[in-house]
Amino acid sequence: MRVPVSWLREYAELPAEVTARDIAQKLIAAGLEVESVETVGHDVSGVITGQVLEIEELTGFKKPIRFCQVDVGEAEPRGIVCGATNFTVGDRVPVSLPGAVLPGGFKIAARKTYGRVSDGMICSEAELGLAESSPGILVLAADTPLGADFVELAGLRDEVLDIAITPDRGYTASIRGVAREAATAFGVPFRDPADAEVPAETGESYPASIADPTACDRFVLREVRGFAPDTPSPLWMRVRLARAGMRSVSLAVDVTNYLMLELGQPLHAFDRAKLTGPIVVRRSEPGERLETLDHVVRDLHPDDVLITDGSGPLSLAGTMGGLNTEIDEKSTDMVIEGAHFSASDLARQGRRHKLKSEALYRFERGVDRDLPLVATHRAVRMLAELGGAEILPGVTHAEAPAENVTITIPADHPDRVAGVTYGRDTVVERLRDVGCEVTGEDVLTVKPPSWRPDLRDPNDLAEEVIRLEGYENIPARAPRSVAGRGLTPAQRLRRRVGRALAAAGYNEVINYPFVSAADWDALQLPADDARRRALRLANPLTEEEPLLRTTLLPAMLRTLHRNLGRGFPDVALFETGLVYRPRPDAPTPPRPPVDRAPTAEELAAIEAALPDQPLRVAVVLGGSREPAGWWGEGRPATWADAIEAARIVAAEAGVELEVKADRHAPWHPGRCAALFADGTLIGHAGELHPRVTKAFDLPARACAMELELSRLESKAAGTVLAPHIATYPVATQDIALTVAGGVPAAEVEAALRAGVEAHGATGLLESIRLFDVYTGDQVGEGNKSLAYTLRFRAPDRTLTAEETTAVRDAAVAAAAERVGAVLRGA
Amino acid sequence: MSAPNKSYDPVEVTALHPDEVARARDEALAAISAAASLDELKQVRLAHAGDRSPLALANREIGALPPHAKAEAGKRVGTARREVSEALKTRQAELEEERDQRVLVEEAVDVTLRLDRRPRGARHPVTTIAERMADVFVSMGFELAEGPEVEAEWFNFDALNFPPAHPAREMQDTFFVESEDSGLVLRTHTSPVQIRALLTRELPVYVVCTGRTFRTDELDATHSPVFHQMEGLVVDEGITMADLRGAIGAFVTGMFGAGLKTRFRPYYFPFTEPSAEVDMQCFVCRGASAEPGGEPCRTCRSEGWIELGGCGMVNPRVLVAAGVDPERYSGWAFGLGVERTLMFRHGVEDMHDMFEGDVRFTQAFGMEI
Repeated sequence: MRVPVSWLREYAELPAEVTARDIAQKLIAAGLEVESVETVGHDVSGVITGQVLEIEELTGFKKPIRFCQVDVGEAEPRGIVCGATNFTVGDRVPVSLPGAVLPGGFKIAARKTYGRVSDGMICSEAELGLAESSPGILVLAADTPLGADFVELAGLRDEVLDIAITPDRGYTASIRGVAREAATAFGVPFRDPADAEVPAETGESYPASIADPTACDRFVLREVRGFAPDTPSPLWMRVRLARAGMRSVSLAVDVTNYLMLELGQPLHAFDRAKLTGPIVVRRSEPGERLETLDHVVRDLHPDDVLITDGSGPLSLAGTMGGLNTEIDEKSTDMVIEGAHFSASDLARQGRRHKLKSEALYRFERGVDRDLPLVATHRAVRMLAELGGAEILPGVTHAEAPAENVTITIPADHPDRVAGVTYGRDTVVERLRDVGCEVTGEDVLTVKPPSWRPDLRDPNDLAEEVIRLEGYENIPARAPRSVAGRGLTPAQRLRRRVGRALAAAGYNEVINYPFVSAADWDALQLPADDARRRALRLANPLTEEEPLLRTTLLPAMLRTLHRNLGRGFPDVALFETGLVYRPRPDAPTPPRPPVDRAPTAEELAAIEAALPDQPLRVAVVLGGSREPAGWWGEGRPATWADAIEAARIVAAEAGVELEVKADRHAPWHPGRCAALFADGTLIGHAGELHPRVTKAFDLPARACAMELELSRLESKAAGTVLAPHIATYPVATQDIALTVAGGVPAAEVEAALRAGVEAHGATGLLESIRLFDVYTGDQVGEGNKSLAYTLRFRAPDRTLTAEETTAVRDAAVAAAAERVGAVLRGA
Repeated sequence: MSAPNKSYDPVEVTALHPDEVARARDEALAAISAAASLDELKQVRLAHAGDRSPLALANREIGALPPHAKAEAGKRVGTARREVSEALKTRQAELEEERDQRVLVEEAVDVTLRLDRRPRGARHPVTTIAERMADVFVSMGFELAEGPEVEAEWFNFDALNFPPAHPAREMQDTFFVESEDSGLVLRTHTSPVQIRALLTRELPVYVVCTGRTFRTDELDATHSPVFHQMEGLVVDEGITMADLRGAIGAFVTGMFGAGLKTRFRPYYFPFTEPSAEVDMQCFVCRGASAEPGGEPCRTCRSEGWIELGGCGMVNPRVLVAAGVDPERYSGWAFGLGVERTLMFRHGVEDMHDMFEGDVRFTQAFGMEI
């Protein structure tokens, strides 16, 4: 809402010394979001009014050019070249003389053009800063004085407040509402532009009725006849509309817009000649269509609220008029509509038809139900005064009963909300300031004014008192201490995982969760892969990425690629975030009423409708894990790094991962590990499939890991029991085992442990460490040698060589039996 | 040396003759001082203090003496051996000192070489600042509450007093999960967690929530379709706006330091009533840039104040929808944007930097913020 301060001052008696900035500050403090204060017209000077005495049409140019003699109140007329043709001899026009300055610092000087000296310029509205564009020059009323300062005459100098209207303050989408707030804020009198005397209802005007009282509870029609449609809008009206950001169209349209801006009541004018039969306000019937003013033919929805006559729909109520009954440049007889519609119905209707209009903006925020009679009355009077129309007697006033809101509050309710003692008298005074009727002593019965449909609850009233008394006067009370339990184990784990991965060289990224079906192909996911079942957005930002991720990897691989492109080939990234896995046949969630808590069943039904949203952590890495340097060779990032990243994560949860070879997209089928925690699959890691690195344009052998942190959290170790630290000497045994090349090292180690356990010596085995893997001639083709150090220690004695050798032999025997291991050098 | 004993016969044991002992000692001392290196000294030690050295051999002979002579000879030999041993120790220390001076200097390296073999990683500043923001409240005893990102409309809107088709829903440009009447949205704010906390926790409730939120804004310098919010919620008996101001003051102190003013401007949120937007005094210029003649301030664009977030008293309608008796309980809620906070606290100029994953951006922030 753009509010010219001069217009505001007409209804709020603000002292002259109060500046626009002062007003803005007070309004902000009162809760109006003043986004800017614009100064207009102060940069314009030297424009005076003149009268065209002669017009000489110049020929031989590409467009019509006129050389005019213009009387500007001086001894001699001035010769001025003008390219517009919308004026005739005798017309009064604004003239900028040499030395004048127009908006934007545009200086006017006498200059030679089209073979004549132009001693100034005849101005259009656009040139004067009153319109975006103008078809011709601005022709002034015939009684405009000559040689007058146009800036003064038109009131061009002004300040404009641009106010963003919050949804609860529909009444401030009007000069009336803002002036009321300004008057209250400065403690000065307010003059209500709606205080117009409405004539007694002397019978009906154009017949109308309300068929659906849930859609409309007041519908008023007035009629005028004999309006002169070519009458221009007066200058003051054009200036005000322009300052408020509206285009001047025609006098009839300008009058309805002007009153909407001033009062907040949208009005609609029908061409009387285009109406057939009584008007009915009703919902749409099947198959109905309407071509609206924007030349769109709309299929109507059964919930649409319509103004109709015998011919069918005339307009989408309070939203947009129909093309067929629009007033035009020949309309002389008009029916003026002022109504009060259901805010929510109109809001829905606007959204359905993707329509926005000034009228709808106000209706969906709530319009004063008492305005239609006043606003239509002022409209017909203005059409009569300015456009020579005759006001027909009679007022059509269809009405449905409206809810009468009264709110009862203890007089100290605002005190208890704010933590401030205002006292009853202040509370009552402030509520009256906003227009409420207040009765009662300790308990107040409050009837909000008709323009405040947002006031429904005790806290709404408390806010009015508190904001008018000033939010700045609320004290700060030191927070009371509460006995919280701190972060949960899962929350602490997530932080540790982030720190551990960062410490291991990974950089955290935050990617958008939007992906495309093409990503599944790029990841080489099989057709029946569960990850292809993704939620789809109804209104994605781009049609290319309408899905919600079921895996973190595609966006991370793109981010890896982006870093590559920026000159960072050796990058390791990690991300933690939710993935979204739809549940097959999930129901639509119920929408329980909100005047009570939902039942357990309702809550369960809502939860059942949500997708699974497990938390995952993933890493991607490429290039070198360790660079070459003065210390020697570098080391490329490999599948082993990716699996190690999983172990780093698991270690933070106190979980020892089991690793098994697997084949799972998007990984290399020979270099993919399935990760298990306590027998539960929690993720995969390894080198990416060559097709995947190609699809994402990554260097060969890029690697990735993704695991479900939510599952790991459930496996996290509990309280750690302190180990017993034995001080007896350690006994070590090194063994080298030859096994077939396909035997996983993890199975060999498991066999060794099983052998130790079978020997009853688990308590003696301190660790098994694989220190070498060898393949070559010495172990035979297709075999490999795994070398381990076994460390033994007893808690209570020094182990003998015989003891440890016996345990070792048991371990080796188990390895021989389980995985066919042969002890080398035996 | 003691006086000669009458019964002493030095001829009996030549090695123990006073002259012999003295000579062996003198030879040893001469050899020790002549040793020029630790290796030479090692040889000297072997020759003059080893098991086969003259003094060691003489010592062995003491046992052959008659008892009355043992004490005198033992004393003499012992003194000589001690002198040799002392001399060895002294020379050893001298030679080690010489070695240290020379050899360790020769072993010098270029300590300015960096072993940047394991590149360090970093956490995302949005993560770490969100943790830090939450921790200010956690340190006051709040607990960290959570909720899903794909959320039921009932939680995201209905229960938060957004009536269906109310313009307030349009303030939050919403991603709908297909189809548009699926009843599921990407949560537009963290506020549905308020409802979840009230429905599942015992009263009183003191919680803070940080998390990812979504609105249909295109990514530009100051907007992102995916962003993060932090939100605090208190529901207890006797809670007033004064408590809200106090809590926000504590938050500002925790994040930006002590002594900064805050101010409330009336605003509208469906889920709070009364509602306010909160500004804090600029923590860089502390308002000075807005004074006449003040130095310009980049952080607050010389306004002296920084918009912090939105807040208000929990709308009693929200309490009712969450099963809390509004006659007995009242509460406050306070929320702000994590990215926005990061932008003004750390001078991030472009929202793109937070979501492009460029390692240079993340690396600048390290592990904590």
